[in-house]
Amino acid sequence: MKHFFTLLSHEIRMLLVSPATYVAATLFLGFMGLVFTKILEIYSSAPQESSPASVYFQLFWLPACVMVPLLTMKCLAEERRLGTIETLLTTPVTTAEVVLAKFGAAYLLYVALWGSTAGFFHILRRFSGDVRFLDTGPLVGGFLFIAVSGLFFVALGVFASSVTRNQSVAGIFGCVMLAGLILGGNALSDSAWLEQGLLRPLKAVVDYSHVFSHRDDFTRGVIDSRHVLFYFSGTVLALIFSILSVEAKLLHA
Amino acid sequence: MSDSAPAIEVSHLVKTYGGVTAVSDISFTVARGEIVGFLGPNGAGKSTTMRILTGYLPANSGSVRICGIPVATRPGDVKKSIGYMPENNPLPEDMRVSEYLYFRGRLKEVARRQLGPRIDEVLEVCDLKRVRHKIIGQLSKGYRQRVGIAEAILAEPPVIIMDEPTIGLDPHQILIVRDLIASLRGRMTVIISSHILPEIEMTCDRVLIINQGRVVAQGTPADLRREMFGLSTYLLDVAGDPAALPAALAAVDPSLAVSATGEPAADGFRRITVTTARHDELGEALLRGLAGPAFRLRSLHRVEPTLEDVFLAATRRSWDTVAAKPAAQAPAA
Repeated sequence: MKHFFTLLSHEIRMLLVSPATYVAATLFLGFMGLVFTKILEIYSSAPQESSPASVYFQLFWLPACVMVPLLTMKCLAEERRLGTIETLLTTPVTTAEVVLAKFGAAYLLYVALWGSTAGFFHILRRFSGDVRFLDTGPLVGGFLFIAVSGLFFVALGVFASSVTRNQSVAGIFGCVMLAGLILGGNALSDSAWLEQGLLRPLKAVVDYSHVFSHRDDFTRGVIDSRHVLFYFSGTVLALIFSILSVEAKLLHA
Repeated sequence: MSDSAPAIEVSHLVKTYGGVTAVSDISFTVARGEIVGFLGPNGAGKSTTMRILTGYLPANSGSVRICGIPVATRPGDVKKSIGYMPENNPLPEDMRVSEYLYFRGRLKEVARRQLGPRIDEVLEVCDLKRVRHKIIGQLSKGYRQRVGIAEAILAEPPVIIMDEPTIGLDPHQILIVRDLIASLRGRMTVIISSHILPEIEMTCDRVLIINQGRVVAQGTPADLRREMFGLSTYLLDVAGDPAALPAALAAVDPSLAVSATGEPAADGFRRITVTTARHDELGEALLRGLAGPAFRLRSLHRVEPTLEDVFLAATRRSWDTVAAKPAAQAPAA
């Protein structure tokens, strides 16, 4: 991993000069700003049981399904389309270093964008003058959920980019996988037919990978090691498959 | 890295893609400091061989050693010993030239302190100083090719591999690239593929011709001419009795023979083609021998087959061999 930081700094720089990054960032911050404004309107009209922070993270899936593919779709697909992967892999770097650097850069940007939305809460507290609006428990739990789940989401985006040389296909594939994981799991967990007979073990798997329940636990301040393990193991698997995918393309180039 | 080992040793290399054999039992050696031209028609297996040499593609069988280091088992070490410019020279579109070279230098493990001066040096050598702050995507084809070459020589590796480095360049740029490659002679081992054969002939010490995944000829251009064409040919514009010419030629050298006699022009001169098995220069002897009153010699020149002729003959020969094999097997079947 000698060249990891050289590659990582290069990838961060390339993300920062890419227009797609700014499109993703603008859409994300605009959307989250809108969500936050709506929450404030609701809270100002009537008293609510939960804190604004826990409501704020309920819509995490929408930016995750759109922004993660936008940030990751280019990373490996574009290298293969342009052929620059050939010049890259004929220097003393390994495929693992390349994939990890691309993952690391996209992940840091994802976390930085989410982190910047903490400013919304700071502004709210500053102008409302009421510390209750900055309920740190759900806020920290929510951001922790974003950071931990983001590892897996970004890794899936990188994997989608590793299987094709067309970045649009990579983006759509990434979006479908994320929607399948987040929304598909949610839809299946509510299905009664999964509770019958032989399908029960499958129900256990669906419950274990139910992202919405993970979010609820995190925002309640419950850090369950099983949830963390789920995201870490998913991340590792997705990255291993990304590395294998890039190497398999070389073997059959 | 063994200092006594050849720069490149390829032994019985085979590479297949989905049942199609791209490289079939290739073996060759390139000495240190040598510049070798790698020729072959499209689809002959040149780029595949070069990619295997760089460690980018694995071979199905056979062995490749770069400076004594086996590519299959130590690709990381091999990659430190090579500078590679792939076909079509893919470059990142949105980086500046100097930034790109700095990034590549760091990946190639050039020490941070040495990298700045080394970048200045390669920018100077490749005539890129004017565009060092320009974005690569905005550069002309010629500049882009030179950025690729600058990148390949940046870390001063012992072996440079360039796949069609002069493709798409104008004659002036070709001249610059040729001088650049020639300047590496003795310091680095260079293997270049190209379709511009005069280019290869002027730049390279030795030529490898590959067709259908096999090496069909290798040697210096002069050796290949001898191997492919055997006889040396002279063209004479001469006036006099053609019937007396063989005797006059035999007096100059017994190996000289008239192979073709042209029709006489209005002034009595005709084009005579003379061949000989000797490869040393007989022009002066011919001028002296035909200077007598029986003949008037107006012009004489030795016909050198070009590398293009050699290339065409070598590839044609390999096609003929391939075509002859099924024909020979047919009666047995």
